[in-house]
Amino acid sequence: MATIQEKISALIPEASFAEVQGLQVSVPDAQWHKLAKALYEDANSPFDYLTTIVGMDWGETLGCIYYLESTRTGNRLSVRVETADRQNPQLHSVADLWESANFYEREVYDFFGIVFINHPDMRRLFLRRDWVGHPLRKDYDASPEVNPIRLHHEEAYDTTVSYVEQPDGKIVKTEPVIFEPDDYVINIGPQHPSTHGVLRLRCSLDGEFIKKIDPYCGYIHRGIEKMSESLTYPQTLHFTDRLDYLSAMQNRHALCMCIEDAMQVEIPERAKYIRTINDELMRISSHLLFWGTFCNDLGSTTALIYGFREREMVLDILEETTGARMSFHYNKIGGVMHDIHPDYQRKIKEFCKIMPERLKEYHRFFTGNVIAQGRMHGISVISKERCIAHSMTGPSGRASGWACDVRKRIPYALYDKVEFDEVLRTEGDIYARYMVRMDEILQSIRIIEQLIDNIPEGPVSEKMKPIIKLPEGQWFRQVEASRGAFGVYIESRGDKYPYRLKFNSPGMMLVASLDEVCRGGKIADLIAGGGSLDYVIPDIDR
Amino acid sequence: MQYEDFKDNESLEKLVEELNAAGTNVVVGVFDDIINWGRSNSVWPLAFATSCCGIEFMSVAAARHDMGRFGFEVTRNSPRQADFLMVAGTIVHRMAPILKRVYDQLAEPKYVIATGACAVSGGPFRNSFHTVPGIDQILPVDVFVPGCPPRPEAMLYGMMQLQRKIKVENFFGGVNRKQKREEFFKDKE
Repeated sequence: MATIQEKISALIPEASFAEVQGLQVSVPDAQWHKLAKALYEDANSPFDYLTTIVGMDWGETLGCIYYLESTRTGNRLSVRVETADRQNPQLHSVADLWESANFYEREVYDFFGIVFINHPDMRRLFLRRDWVGHPLRKDYDASPEVNPIRLHHEEAYDTTVSYVEQPDGKIVKTEPVIFEPDDYVINIGPQHPSTHGVLRLRCSLDGEFIKKIDPYCGYIHRGIEKMSESLTYPQTLHFTDRLDYLSAMQNRHALCMCIEDAMQVEIPERAKYIRTINDELMRISSHLLFWGTFCNDLGSTTALIYGFREREMVLDILEETTGARMSFHYNKIGGVMHDIHPDYQRKIKEFCKIMPERLKEYHRFFTGNVIAQGRMHGISVISKERCIAHSMTGPSGRASGWACDVRKRIPYALYDKVEFDEVLRTEGDIYARYMVRMDEILQSIRIIEQLIDNIPEGPVSEKMKPIIKLPEGQWFRQVEASRGAFGVYIESRGDKYPYRLKFNSPGMMLVASLDEVCRGGKIADLIAGGGSLDYVIPDIDR
Repeated sequence: MQYEDFKDNESLEKLVEELNAAGTNVVVGVFDDIINWGRSNSVWPLAFATSCCGIEFMSVAAARHDMGRFGFEVTRNSPRQADFLMVAGTIVHRMAPILKRVYDQLAEPKYVIATGACAVSGGPFRNSFHTVPGIDQILPVDVFVPGCPPRPEAMLYGMMQLQRKIKVENFFGGVNRKQKREEFFKDKE
């Protein structure tokens, strides 16, 4: 890391450094784009993967923290950029380097009102255009009179706003066009059975071929991050089960781990085993649901019934132990809520025996089908480089050959002790994404089989104080959720409430890449392409 | 009927008088029963699924819980073909006008079930700046199903409560739901 620090200080003498879970660089905004370009093009370890951008309101200043990673060397770095101007905050955009910054910066603009100079598309991402204020600012006025429930429809705009810096340093507002007046634009969603939640897409067509897709989010934006700022740490936990409800266990695992990191608590060995097994069960149930709904989207409606048959078996196992079918609320700070059910191990072993047979059945039903093959092979292809540029993690990234599994990259819980393969394919088409998920079910079973007989005796949770306070600082942790790298960022000021809590969801980048994945393909393949990315909308909107 | 009773016109006249006073017409009442029997056993939902409850609703439709057993048969994706709106999940400010539009598109007679804590009252997100605290703020709701998310059994129970409600409806006089709905929207505008 020292060499990176030297390089940066040689390039930008004003940069200051701090040790916050690795190296953190603070640079003034004027130098930021220069630094970003240098980091992106570094010869030895190019920081080509933008993990997330965390928008921040530090009281006097507004700004962002950029989390960067090099896929070649695995080096990680965070950069802090801030601006003192609260009335008219402006930062320089890096959307020209990392494709994923496009949506992340729009999110920051929506929540904090920070305008990104040279960003091609400075629209709100989650809230309506006529929404007053920027909600995650500390001085936001949340009274319902300012923003009542509006029952009139939003207008559809075909242009956007962009602030472009001229060579002489002046900033000029321009109006780039999204759709030309003679484009044939169709609207899909938000109430549409095949968008997997309430996603709205506007796409322009050239005959049957897609020219451009413009995704709209926010139809299920519940303001979780804002609400968390007034809840205690144990209270914030319950939101995680409702973000991506198909990776409820993993999401909660991430937040618990982040808080435990901050408190420097080591959880009991037994709890680690239970958490790991539950994470994998959750992944299986999520991939089963993917199989059912994806086949349903492609016209094989019976598959849904089969997918749910096995999913119910997983839910039964989890229900016996946790008491719920969906919002489990099982992990807690310092371990898990209560001990496992006496039948837990026996039932899981039975399930692990049945499941590989059932997978063969699935392949016989659907995968080998001529129509299914024709609709999956070579369609909606994306390359590894573009996956990294879009930060498309999870099975969708691995289908293009990017080894992005957090369980391997930054092992947590027991993933460094068990043997499993990271399923990789290189085609990057719908079939690859489909098969990666199918094969991951087998790997999950392999992990569970290694752990299930060896759960050690002992307590299931560490005894915690009734009021949990985190020391001052900032923490960022990632886990591998069912559809990609799920991150949690906490900034604490020593209170029992988080100063800022951010969830970095994998689904947002999947939707952001939809335009590139499906562009040029047929409109009929849009549903298959989107279905194979397997995004969950409440995860994106939060 | 005994011969003596047959000749007893007085009590028959009294019976008819009573029925007329209570507002029931014998022949038309039977029509009501037939229509209600048919309608209550074939109510097709429109799944307005926004989040977690939507996945549980899919479980209700799948083989294990199989709502087809009770006459809910299939979910329709077009409001023109559905009988009731199954609002499963949080409704936020941006979604509210769309929910209202889908409701307006449903053909008469129409019903609404609010499924899950979020649709009932805003649930865990009630204090948020962007959540509608219960869809009864914008729509007339027939059945509330609490839970987060409700178990499939609870959803089936709620849907069967709707069937019971349909069974006692009068089309030819008596209480008419339509008037109630007009009242509901009167003070909204």
